[in-house]
Amino acid sequence: MRVLMFGWEFPPHISGGLGTACYGMTRALAKKGAEIIFVLPRVGEGDSPKGHLPNDFLRIRPASGTYISQTMSQRMSHAGQDIWQENIRYRSVDSLVFPYMTAESYEESMRWVQHAHSAGHEEFRHWSGVPFTYSLKGGYGPDLMTEVSRYSQLAGAIAAEENFDVIHAHDWMTYPAGMLAKALTGKPLVVHIHATEYDRSGENINTIVAGIERAGLLAADKVVAVSRLTRKMVIERYGVPPEKVVVVYNAVARHEVERRYEIPPRIRHEKRVLFLGRVTFQKGPEYFMEAARLVLEKIPNVRFFMAGSGDMLPQLIRRAGQLRIGNRFHFAGFLRGEQVDRMFALSDLYVMPSVSEPFGITPLEAMLYDVPVLLSRQSGVSEVLEHALKADFWDTRDMADKICAVLRYPRLAQELVKNCREEMKSIRWENAADELILVYRNVTGGN
Amino acid sequence: MPTLCLCYAVHEPYRLRRYTVFDMGQNSMYEDDDHNCDALLHVARTCYLPMNELLLRLFRRYGKAFRLAFSISGTALDQFEQYAPEVLDSFKALADSGCVEFLAETAPHSLAFLYSREEFDLQVKAHCRRIKSLFGVKPVTFRNTELVYNNDLAAALQDMGFKAVLAEGADHVLGWRSPNWLYRPVNAEKIGLLLRNSSLSADIGARFSQQSWDQWPLTAEKYAAWCHSFAGESEVLNIFNDYHSFGLRNTASSGIFDFMEALPAAVLAHKDFSFSTPAEVVKKLRPVGEVDVPQFMSWDDEGADLTAWLGNDMQKDAIHALYALASRVRKVDDPALHRDFERLQTSDHFHYISTKWFANFVPDRPNPFQSPYDAYIAFMNVLADLEMRLNAAEEAHRSQPRGRKAQTSGTRKTGGSGDTKAGTDRASATSRKKA
Repeated sequence: MRVLMFGWEFPPHISGGLGTACYGMTRALAKKGAEIIFVLPRVGEGDSPKGHLPNDFLRIRPASGTYISQTMSQRMSHAGQDIWQENIRYRSVDSLVFPYMTAESYEESMRWVQHAHSAGHEEFRHWSGVPFTYSLKGGYGPDLMTEVSRYSQLAGAIAAEENFDVIHAHDWMTYPAGMLAKALTGKPLVVHIHATEYDRSGENINTIVAGIERAGLLAADKVVAVSRLTRKMVIERYGVPPEKVVVVYNAVARHEVERRYEIPPRIRHEKRVLFLGRVTFQKGPEYFMEAARLVLEKIPNVRFFMAGSGDMLPQLIRRAGQLRIGNRFHFAGFLRGEQVDRMFALSDLYVMPSVSEPFGITPLEAMLYDVPVLLSRQSGVSEVLEHALKADFWDTRDMADKICAVLRYPRLAQELVKNCREEMKSIRWENAADELILVYRNVTGGN
Repeated sequence: MPTLCLCYAVHEPYRLRRYTVFDMGQNSMYEDDDHNCDALLHVARTCYLPMNELLLRLFRRYGKAFRLAFSISGTALDQFEQYAPEVLDSFKALADSGCVEFLAETAPHSLAFLYSREEFDLQVKAHCRRIKSLFGVKPVTFRNTELVYNNDLAAALQDMGFKAVLAEGADHVLGWRSPNWLYRPVNAEKIGLLLRNSSLSADIGARFSQQSWDQWPLTAEKYAAWCHSFAGESEVLNIFNDYHSFGLRNTASSGIFDFMEALPAAVLAHKDFSFSTPAEVVKKLRPVGEVDVPQFMSWDDEGADLTAWLGNDMQKDAIHALYALASRVRKVDDPALHRDFERLQTSDHFHYISTKWFANFVPDRPNPFQSPYDAYIAFMNVLADLEMRLNAAEEAHRSQPRGRKAQTSGTRKTGGSGDTKAGTDRASATSRKKA
């Protein structure tokens, strides 16, 4: 099975769970005999991994700098038209069913997709006969939309060159690329949804992003959702037919914990509670802070750490001051590599209070360090973890009660860790890979 | 002349609410009153009232030929009095028929025998007094919580004057022997040991409504035929079940009530067969041998051991922390504290903390908590509050002048000064002694 995979991030260049998930998933797929061509926006110089994360199990191709010939550009322009028309027809059948997206916003996003695909054509005229290309920056910059559009064209050109059986696109940034590649090559498209716009932004969604998500989900032959929670969202909010959506849970790559971190003697007498993730609406950091305030009323001898960065960070720092808990509530900033390991290892409890978390791999990573976890019930990972404490994200008293219990009753943490270790044995990327291969077989007609 | 010994466990626990760290020291309302009341009314309507009515009819129909035994826990009696007095009246009516034996157990349905002999004696004696006052007869047969049993329990019961005790007919204890005879505990020859026939019991208690069972549907005639097949090679068939079997575990639509209505006639159709209560069994029969049970066993489906209540460290931690307070609680004079302390001993609380099968609770006795961890957290928070109350009560007790009984808990300040006074009293007493 040869898979052309479109992704936006991959280790060592990651900013969230998406790159981590892609890494674990592709490695397990490669082990099961799948050949993977992974198309990233760009691969920086000197990025060839220095030993610690061997990427030799798959072929990574940067989209940046791929030449698009004149004929290619014309084909793309047509394919772009087709995608547009197909989706317009689709919409006219189904549009009334979806209260969450207005027809205008949908048309607006479809116009954008069409424009994106014809843009190359126009620019080509300007270049008059010479093959052209773009250079991409990667990541999530302010002109992300332009990047996404250019990536889709470059990735489309790659699709036309490569030989493969199935296209697999991860999250909305690569959906236009997936749709274009499908139109150009006629190969089946699997789209993987790691997070929806509703998860990221609540009700204040970016309608263009949601429109691209919807177009990709509808164009796909099969949709892979990372949890039942996400599957439900995809069906209810985007109107994807239920029979098209399958759940494949994420897992955690079992990198051996090479180092044991000693707890420094001076902090041994106190307990540490950790939040690690983007400091954004989706992750619910303010609920963590509210729970921390409640806990500190009962147990003053605790430290809370918030590791990560995001748009809510300034307001939370102000809030900590306002609550006068700054001396107990610490902001660790964005952590990388070894710092993350150390942070986990020193923690007595990991809390994930996400408002909406399609899956959430970090609790699994915390468990690798034998750290008990408290999850919001609004997370996909809570579907697979029985032996975790769970609370509704808005119920900060319940959350605080459970944090206190872990800190006060040592047997609770021990029992959680013991049972989690057992449970982790069945949460493996190998299992996810088996299920994905079934999906590939299903869409390619069984070969 | 084989006899059927039917015995039903009637128990309802006081479930705890989600008592949080923010309740600790603020309020001492531990129980989920709404849930407990709703659950009891539901059981009363679907099980206790219709089944008691049916039994009353059967007793009238068969005179003294049909008889059985009940073991009703103190917490169940409390809830009947509190929420559904008509249920208690219906049990009293059954008592008046003279066809029912009421057994003794620990009042709060506890595992006290494992951790505190004093608590155990206290709870058993209190429960015997209550059964006598409610139903008019002093119990002579003992059935421990969840049929937990070992040699030491038999010896203790003999000392307390009991004539019979019930236990599980576990294979690992019986070996090649059959449970269908009367036995004698290895170290208590004056007491009769009745061992549960787990297969015949589960046919009614567990399998009756299972449509996948190859014997489904079970009729009274078929069941009676199975019993009759033991004629000549048995003296007593001990069929012990949860009373919830009637109307809850097996719903009315499963035909369980019709089955029970037809059962006495079907069994008595064989002239050698009869019904007896445990007290009658030990009076009529002679033990055929000794049974040695050095380890605790129970009527738990899997393994017949204690792991459903004491399998993991959270369960052990909770129960150890609880019984560590026992002697201190009994020293203070505070009835509300005693009551709460007893109700925390109900074995269900520890079952809710089980991680053994995680979701394997029978539908009529579900885990009120979403996970065993939540159950443990609530229990430990409650226990922490109980300990605070205990500390306060002890302080109040100490602050009272010698010889006078503590009446109300004094304020913290007077408690402190009283304490130092008591201390100096003691000091002067020892100095005088030295002099």
